[in-house]
Amino acid sequence: MEKFILLAPFVGSLIAGFGWRFIGEKGAQWLTTGILFLCAALSWVLFLNFDGQAYTIHLLDWINSGTLNTDWAIRIDRLTVIMLIVVNTVSSLVHLYSMGYMAHDENWGHHEHYKARFFAYLSFFTFAMLMLVTSDNLVQMFFGWEGVGVASYLLIGFYYKKPSANAAAMKAFVVNRVGDFGFALGIFGLYMLTDSIQFDVIFDNAPHLAETQLHFLWSDWNAANLLAFLLFVGAMGKSAQLILHTWLPDAMEGPTPVSALIHAATMVTAGVFLVCRMSPLFEYAPETKSFIMYLGAATAFFAATVGLVQNDIKRVIAYSTCSQLGYMFVAAGAGIYGAAMFHLFTHAFFKAMLFLGAGSVIHAMHHEQDMRNYGNLRKKIPFTFWAMMIGTLAITGVGIPLTYYGFAGFLSKDAIIESAYASGNGFAFWALVIAALFTSFYSWRLMFMTFYGKERGDHHAHEHAHESPLVMLVPLGVLAMGAIFAGMIWLKPFFGDHDKMTEFFGMPHHVAATEEGAAADHAAPAEEHAATDAAHGEVAADASHAAMAAEHHGAERGAIYMSDASNEVLDAAHHSPVWVKVSPFIAMLIGFFTAWVMYIRKPHLPAQLAANQAPLYNFLLNKWYFDELYDFVFVQPAKAIGRFFWKRGDEQTIDGGINGLAMGIVPFLTKLAGRAQSGYVFTYAFAMVLGIAVILTWVTLTGGSH
Amino acid sequence: MISSDIQIVLPEIILALFAMGALLGAVYTGKDKTASFLTWLTAGVFLVLGAWIGLNGQGTQEAFGGMFIDDSFSRFAKVVILFSAAAVLIVSIDYMAKRDLLRFEYPILVALATVGMMVMVSAGDLMALYMGLELQSLALYVVASLRRDSAKSTEAGLKYFVLGALSSGLLLYGASLTYGFAGTTLFSGILTAVGHDVSIGLLFGMVFMMSGFAFKVSAAPFHMWTPDVYEGSPTPVTAFFATAPKVAAMGLFARVVYDAFGGVVGDWQQIVMMLSILSMFVGAIAAIGQTNIKRLMAYSSIAHMGFALMGLAAGTAMGVEAMLVYMSIYVTMNIGTFAFILSMEKDGKPVTEIKALSMYSKKEPLKALALLVLMFSLAGVPPMLGFMGKLAVFRAALEADLVWLAVAAGIASVIGAFYYLRVVYYMYFGEDSDALDGTMSPVAWGMLVASAVIMLVGIVNLFGIVPMAAEAAQALVN
Repeated sequence: MEKFILLAPFVGSLIAGFGWRFIGEKGAQWLTTGILFLCAALSWVLFLNFDGQAYTIHLLDWINSGTLNTDWAIRIDRLTVIMLIVVNTVSSLVHLYSMGYMAHDENWGHHEHYKARFFAYLSFFTFAMLMLVTSDNLVQMFFGWEGVGVASYLLIGFYYKKPSANAAAMKAFVVNRVGDFGFALGIFGLYMLTDSIQFDVIFDNAPHLAETQLHFLWSDWNAANLLAFLLFVGAMGKSAQLILHTWLPDAMEGPTPVSALIHAATMVTAGVFLVCRMSPLFEYAPETKSFIMYLGAATAFFAATVGLVQNDIKRVIAYSTCSQLGYMFVAAGAGIYGAAMFHLFTHAFFKAMLFLGAGSVIHAMHHEQDMRNYGNLRKKIPFTFWAMMIGTLAITGVGIPLTYYGFAGFLSKDAIIESAYASGNGFAFWALVIAALFTSFYSWRLMFMTFYGKERGDHHAHEHAHESPLVMLVPLGVLAMGAIFAGMIWLKPFFGDHDKMTEFFGMPHHVAATEEGAAADHAAPAEEHAATDAAHGEVAADASHAAMAAEHHGAERGAIYMSDASNEVLDAAHHSPVWVKVSPFIAMLIGFFTAWVMYIRKPHLPAQLAANQAPLYNFLLNKWYFDELYDFVFVQPAKAIGRFFWKRGDEQTIDGGINGLAMGIVPFLTKLAGRAQSGYVFTYAFAMVLGIAVILTWVTLTGGSH
Repeated sequence: MISSDIQIVLPEIILALFAMGALLGAVYTGKDKTASFLTWLTAGVFLVLGAWIGLNGQGTQEAFGGMFIDDSFSRFAKVVILFSAAAVLIVSIDYMAKRDLLRFEYPILVALATVGMMVMVSAGDLMALYMGLELQSLALYVVASLRRDSAKSTEAGLKYFVLGALSSGLLLYGASLTYGFAGTTLFSGILTAVGHDVSIGLLFGMVFMMSGFAFKVSAAPFHMWTPDVYEGSPTPVTAFFATAPKVAAMGLFARVVYDAFGGVVGDWQQIVMMLSILSMFVGAIAAIGQTNIKRLMAYSSIAHMGFALMGLAAGTAMGVEAMLVYMSIYVTMNIGTFAFILSMEKDGKPVTEIKALSMYSKKEPLKALALLVLMFSLAGVPPMLGFMGKLAVFRAALEADLVWLAVAAGIASVIGAFYYLRVVYYMYFGEDSDALDGTMSPVAWGMLVASAVIMLVGIVNLFGIVPMAAEAAQALVN
């Protein structure tokens, strides 16, 4: 079953990509979609029946060279099965959705075939992503990591006739190179120090790494911190975190289903997955974790601010994705990997849905993406409207404060904000709360601009706006279920309940009695703020956690590993004060009302504000001028160096030299040789005699006679 | 005693008797009517003998007091010679028959030349050496002018004869000097006489003999006859010239420098290096100006001899091994290429203009592809087998610390790549023309395709010839 889940999408991709002439474009679409639905169903079976005990399935030997031994293997543990359902569910729905969305694409002529290629890429992406998440060693993971990079490149540049799409594809690839370089260095470093790239061996060595110093660049570093940091650089690239985030908004050049699958639900979360997967290492790298928190929080805040003013509907959601990834990294940096995975899980549903909904709007509006040309669409496309509404409710975090009832984003986002608070990082906490406010604002802004108010822009487009076909609406409906219920159903095992979480992730059991006491407290969240003492009471117990954890080390390891400090943070998060728990809700309400006032009550206000605060507005509209800065610092100098080597180095020196030689000297010699070949026997005989005379003279002078 | 000697030279005796018997038989029966059958029969005898020598031979044996040596080196060379001669005979039948050239003397002369070659690579004495060499050469002079009514063919035969006589004279002069200073014609005796410090007389003798060999392998500056003879001779004869005699002469070269002058490697090494470099560059540079594919192949063979000599110049067992591997690959490539050249015709007349290949790929995609593979292989483009041959000699030169020789060879092979690629260029990107028509005999087609396939498939393990070549090289060098 596991093998089928992993390999079937690849087979489907090959058949669709190379064999569509035999099975037809329709056949290729149905085949890949059918396979993915089967995979998704099997993944759910696997997920629901999984008991938390990790196991490995050996597929093939891969590398066997010296001490480097690597197999193709499937590692099944809790992280893997979570990713399996996320990837396969979203992927299958996106496949289905694409059948409608890609049916008539105006980027292609009537006679051009593009659908089978699109589905082959989608399935190939799914395969690479599954390879990434099921890997049991770093190299296989890197294979998947690069595989999704390739698929992403191909799909962003799917409209290869558009220069902007090609540029965006290249940008995504190049920026990811920077991150992957860090990732690769991290793998090299781990191999150098542990002599293995198997997760299990590396994890066993993590405590040892924490005590090792490693010389890198100009200084000695703590090995665990340095290697974790390098791995995180890879995660930054793939997950579009600050500094390496610039490619994600541009990646929206790809078709919208691609944005939903790759650039919202799955590939961009690979970085979060990496950090969670490598949690046994990150737990020994406190400085790196702290850095991750700061960077994640900064990204969440930065992307949310930029999202406030964007007008392209997909870009708003793209910055929103960037921001939500920041949230996940904050949780991971705090050591609450469960919360990070939880948000990854719920986010996949509602963000994929928002993208697909946006795609449906774009489809309805004849590929118009500028929200300024939307308005009052809720009557025209009611189903899409309700789907987007559910998505918005989920992402903004609507729920009943202090209970476990709410949309998916409510529970997972609150979990992260509580974790940030509990970790004691004030910056992260406040940045996330403010980002929550902004999230609410830009999400409602999107809703109001698109579905309310007056119709703007081309009235033909509005007249012809139509609801999308059923194949596009079904995925929206399914994802809406996820966006509503995923949070409520799985809160406890992911984050809410320490015991259940331990079991869920197959982690070694911590002292049960105390935990039960704490769990009882959790059940009544209202009391928790008063029970902060209970957390302190656990310190003594934690000491015995440590002893037991050490005993179990290696023998029994869960999908994630949480050190004592992280466990304390988790408990503290469960016991955070009420004002912390309600703060994101209040932020959400403020954002909502501001958006309502600005876009429903007084629609002239935004323009006024933009005019009054022009510098700030432009600063945000231009994405904090990151692209301009990079262009100046990196792109132009790189181009200049390239031009120098091209013009001076290659064209003048090398080409000039070679051409001079090849087109000047060699033909001259050829002419000489031709003339020597006179056809007369005496010339030839003379050459022979001359030759022997020269040889004789030479050997007499140099050798023999000494 | 004599019976064991005869046992050792039995293959040569059988072949010689076969040639004489065939001559008598053909004269007294159908003469030229038997030619086709006789050619097949000769090729069959070659193959049988080759298989016998290859499978049966063991160890090192000497006959006639050391005048004839049967070791794994000679066996390796003989197998290559016999198989390539058989292949050339088989491909040429169709061409010769079409042009009324298929005389019964042709296979017989080839058989006699082959006997000479077999003696050459087995020679353990200056006498045996000269006997073998002259037997081969005389037969070759005749086949070069096989087309008696063609001025070009007779000119080729005459040129070859006159220059060959000159080179024989040089060789004989060297041999007599060597005999005079060493007091013996036996290689083993010369080896002892030379010791580790060669006297000036022996050095002169060695140089003269080496220039004779250089003529036979057509190494520059003793190469001048090659283009004219290659162009003038009937194409099957050219194909023969380019294959078996080259292997024999190269084998003889290696035999003499190791068996007779193995103590003074440094002395002959520099000469071989000079011949090698000159050949590579002359072959590469002069070929660029050629428009006739047979002349092109002549220069190509000069350049290839330069590369093979590079292996010899290394002065190590590894170098000899590389040389043998190189020669085997070279022969295989050439048979395929000539099988194609034989089929180049327009309205029944042979065509040798390179330009005639323009856009050949459109007409005959498979043949064009096969020729492309062969040309790439001749140029030494990986992953074709030709690259592996070059790699072997380069490595041998590098291991012998002849870095500059390897660098020069690298430059020469880059220059040489030009004209091979030009052939490919014409076939795939040239202007439209229908300068070629005519079909290819199935045999020639098979040779062409087989040779191309070998070039591609062979890189797996080179069909296991490397250990055999290594064994042969060990037998010679030690």
